[in-house]
Amino acid sequence: MNILVSLSRKPWIWSFVAAFAVWVATILFTGGASTIGLSQAALTFAAFSILVGIGQMFVITLGPGNIDLCVPATMTLAGTVALKFMQVDNSLILPGLVVAIAIGVAVGIGNYALIKLLQIPPIIATLSMSFIVQSTAIWTNRGLRIKPPEALATFTTETTIGIPNVALVALVLSVLAFILLQKTVYGRWIAAIGQSIRAARMAGIPVDGTRFVTYVLCSILAAVCGYLLASFSGGAALNMGSEYLLMSIAVVVIGGTAVAGGNSNVAGIWGASLFMFLVVSMLNTYGAGAGIRLIMTGLIIIAVIVVAGGRNPNQR
Amino acid sequence: MKKVLSSDTIRLLIPALSLTILLISVFYLQPRAMSYVGLNLLFNLAVPIALATIAQMLIMTVNDLDLSMGTFVSFVACVAATFLQATPVIGVLILAAAIATYAALGVLIHMRNLPSIVVTLGMSFIWGGLAVLILPAPGGEAPAWVRAVMISRPPFMPMAIIACIIIAVVSHFIIMRSSFGVILRGVGGNARSVERAGWSILGVRAATYALAAFFAILAGISLVGLTTSADANIALRYTLLSIAGVILGGGEFTGGRVSPIGAVIGALTLTLAGSFLSFLRISPDWQIGAQGAILIVVLGLRLLLNRLENRGKRS
Repeated sequence: MNILVSLSRKPWIWSFVAAFAVWVATILFTGGASTIGLSQAALTFAAFSILVGIGQMFVITLGPGNIDLCVPATMTLAGTVALKFMQVDNSLILPGLVVAIAIGVAVGIGNYALIKLLQIPPIIATLSMSFIVQSTAIWTNRGLRIKPPEALATFTTETTIGIPNVALVALVLSVLAFILLQKTVYGRWIAAIGQSIRAARMAGIPVDGTRFVTYVLCSILAAVCGYLLASFSGGAALNMGSEYLLMSIAVVVIGGTAVAGGNSNVAGIWGASLFMFLVVSMLNTYGAGAGIRLIMTGLIIIAVIVVAGGRNPNQR
Repeated sequence: MKKVLSSDTIRLLIPALSLTILLISVFYLQPRAMSYVGLNLLFNLAVPIALATIAQMLIMTVNDLDLSMGTFVSFVACVAATFLQATPVIGVLILAAAIATYAALGVLIHMRNLPSIVVTLGMSFIWGGLAVLILPAPGGEAPAWVRAVMISRPPFMPMAIIACIIIAVVSHFIIMRSSFGVILRGVGGNARSVERAGWSILGVRAATYALAAFFAILAGISLVGLTTSADANIALRYTLLSIAGVILGGGEFTGGRVSPIGAVIGALTLTLAGSFLSFLRISPDWQIGAQGAILIVVLGLRLLLNRLENRGKRS
């Protein structure tokens, strides 16, 4: 009984409960026929939201006003340039990843330079930056759909012992992010800055350095996600990142990370990402139209935040 | 001289200056724009953007942020092009229900102490879904009276500019001059002290959200008046445009520091930036990027002027 009580106090538990409920509802409707297929699809698509969600979580933890709106544009640019660089050549897969990461680093540096040097609020700084990055992507892409190298395309679409490879990648990166947040001094610094930037500065924490690294980290994760997503979907498209703007914010918040910063939660992002995908597929199985599906998604997001917000009065 | 200019005036000076510089560059590049028709074309689309910016600004005054602005304006546009045109009574009822929904959101956000970003994020799906249900494919028709207002040609000044001035003056009086506006900005600045002074924060929040919905509805209706038909995705970019407009106009995310006149000017600047770029004959690939660059330049300018202002204070 005590375990149940302490579990129900964990902010991330609700996203898992919700995801599981939706999963069961979908399976029951199809009579269990789609169990494996549905679970694999959910893990695959959730993996992409998890990758961008972790990056966004690091940024949101920095405190009120910190948010990265540049995520979709970074994904598009990294996917486009990396695929163009690899030119369907299997031997260039790793250099391609390096190119994607380099783009992430460059965008992250640009973002923080705007925030720091021009003292622009992060929302507007990353928004302006995303316009520029998106333009660069349009310019490099030229409407062509470049195919990913054979081996990379196979890797991203196949499974290992029943688990999609992209989900494994997301798992490894999530564990790394968890260690980074909970066990390293850097993780403590982020949380401290999110709780009170003044106190953090007085305690001698290198505030600017930490924020800088965090923005770069978020862009790198977005770039890696773009690289994998472009390979998974058989080529980079200019609008491939667009749905991940709201998604990255939604999974962070539904997952139980405090919007006001200072408190983050890696596990919750998994629950929230699975949940967001499963809701859409559940409504699809029930045969709901696009309009109904959107309305239901919105109602569920609000319902989850009302329930989770009530459990955790300190959250805002 | 320095003492005559209050810091609020300087706040307003920067957006006004950027707009003037942009306007002069447009006139230099294309002298024919300096006419009645030219100005009307330049600023036509600014009217709905300015209204949406004012709506966003109201929400930002109480330290919240509305991420559903774009989908809500699209939803209103769809209602205006269908129900409001065919059966005005039902149309008005739907829009009234939308205002009530916004007020309820304000209550919900306040009562449960929820993050407004997430609630409005969820609402953006709901408005989008409703818009798709009302108008699955682009279409509909603007009500005749809206169309008549939007294309009317008053003497001396184009409709677009008159409308923007009216929006700026009306919202200035509501937010900067009325007692409601003072309480509103007080809630943004220090909610607790406003509460101790005996005001109901809950009521203020609800009223703010309802008023924001009202301005957003005007934005949607005027947009349909310009485009003559609607589409469920017609105004999606308004979410980001409205936030950028408020910030360009000298508003802040927290603390209730906003400027309605600045917000309208910010919206005009954003609209003009688009026209300026097409006059420069920049390749369409770089249009969005250059818009981002203009945003950065204007904000950099603001930082510079703020520094000068601070230096003036110290000496």
